[in-house]
Amino acid sequence: MTTLRMKNPAAARQPARFNWLKIAVFVLCLLPLARAAWIVLSGAAVNPVEFITRSTGTWTLSFLLITLAISPLRQLSGWSWPLRLRRMLGLYAFFYGCLHLTTYVWLDQFFDWPGMLHDIAKRPFITVGFAAMLLMTPLAITSTQGWMRRLKRNWGKLHQLVYPVALLGVLHYWWLVKKDLTQPMLYASVLAVLLGWRLLRKLRHKA
Amino acid sequence: MLIKKPADIQPSEITPEGVYFNRRQFMLGSAGLLLSGETLAALASKKSPLSTSDKPNSLKDISSYNNYYEFGTDKSEPAMYAGSLKTRPWNVVVDGEVGKPRSFGIEELLKQPLEERIYRLRCVEGWSMVIPWIGFPLSSLLKQVAPNSRAKYVAFETLQRPSEMPGQRSRVLDWPYREGLRMDEAMHPLTILAVGLYNDVLPNQNGAPIRLVVPWKYGFKSIKSIVRIHLQEQMPATSWNMANAHEYGFYSNVNPEVDHPRWSQASERRIGEFLKRKTLMFNGYGDQVAGLYRGMDLRKNF
Repeated sequence: MTTLRMKNPAAARQPARFNWLKIAVFVLCLLPLARAAWIVLSGAAVNPVEFITRSTGTWTLSFLLITLAISPLRQLSGWSWPLRLRRMLGLYAFFYGCLHLTTYVWLDQFFDWPGMLHDIAKRPFITVGFAAMLLMTPLAITSTQGWMRRLKRNWGKLHQLVYPVALLGVLHYWWLVKKDLTQPMLYASVLAVLLGWRLLRKLRHKA
Repeated sequence: MLIKKPADIQPSEITPEGVYFNRRQFMLGSAGLLLSGETLAALASKKSPLSTSDKPNSLKDISSYNNYYEFGTDKSEPAMYAGSLKTRPWNVVVDGEVGKPRSFGIEELLKQPLEERIYRLRCVEGWSMVIPWIGFPLSSLLKQVAPNSRAKYVAFETLQRPSEMPGQRSRVLDWPYREGLRMDEAMHPLTILAVGLYNDVLPNQNGAPIRLVVPWKYGFKSIKSIVRIHLQEQMPATSWNMANAHEYGFYSNVNPEVDHPRWSQASERRIGEFLKRKTLMFNGYGDQVAGLYRGMDLRKNF
């Protein structure tokens, strides 16, 4: 992200001062990865591949929900600073999503491409998970200032894709659990609140 | 001893305070082996030609990665919470279509001639382990109650005691856990009742004090902490089939050709190995058990 910034003339014109908040959040967002690495490397996970898959998957969802919580947080509190973190949080959702997908492709399937195509076609939970990753990719690519300027008003329209991404992500979790829906329901409830809030605001504005 | 202890408190019920306060760490560290009180006596057993030569998983792996929903749905939870289960006194009622119905105390069951059976265990979720069980053939128990000609199936039930099995306080499954076998499956020499593993009694999270082990079927068929064995004419209802008949059949034989509706069963991850291995028909026990299913459509009877 720093490199993207450097290439960006608008950002380069800003005074080169440390943004402690951003740095702190940047480091904080790496903690789940550090924790997972520690658990795996210390041998505490009996089934490391399953553990990494679960951990990166739930953190992808968590970061998606955190990102979606930024706007309501700003509207409720009046603070503007959370908005400055939104891009980074969204990119972290993509980052953990990439780790999740890589775990599946490499550690779980070991590059068995026909097997994976079969999975994507035949297993609905993989279909929706894969679709969510696909839809998230253009959002990550167009997250820079340059793309924002180039796409103008379409940028906002494009980035509404984050809603189907989050819905598909929760559905992916919902469909994969064997029986106990407690965890997926937790994510689904938070998402319902975050989307419900937006819907309410929209209706109120219309009224 | 001069000072008598009250007779109603079993020594096995008393946990030293230090152990109690550090119970989670203790369970992880010692895999819960010491909690039942009787565990200092190792179990003597004979080696069996039915054992696999595959390398067994470590006791830590076997006793810290369990599906035992009575203690929680996460695989790390049974090791954390199964310490609360009291496995003494324990009786197994064997009744139904039998000439001599009766109840067996666990002490008597532990005195059966025990064998070590090193078996592969394949979970329906796609992972597997190799476990050195200690036990005896289920057939030797069933013979003692003289099944009659109407005994076509064997139904098993796990203990239902929510005060000691916290998972039973949620309705994730319809308690008590139930499983079943056809009579010929139950009488098969590979089918055992296990009372121990790694030369010691079973850790609670592995189904203490007595559990079924049917190595050619998915792990959930091997019901834990059994209190009742009922011989009957009708095919019994089984827990996972009741929960989702579309995904879990009565037979649930390990079969790489019949996928779970949501994932492939063609391969498995052996715990401790990096690359997946191909899943074998009947979990590699086809030579011994394929005959039981001759002429059956295993796609229909999954």
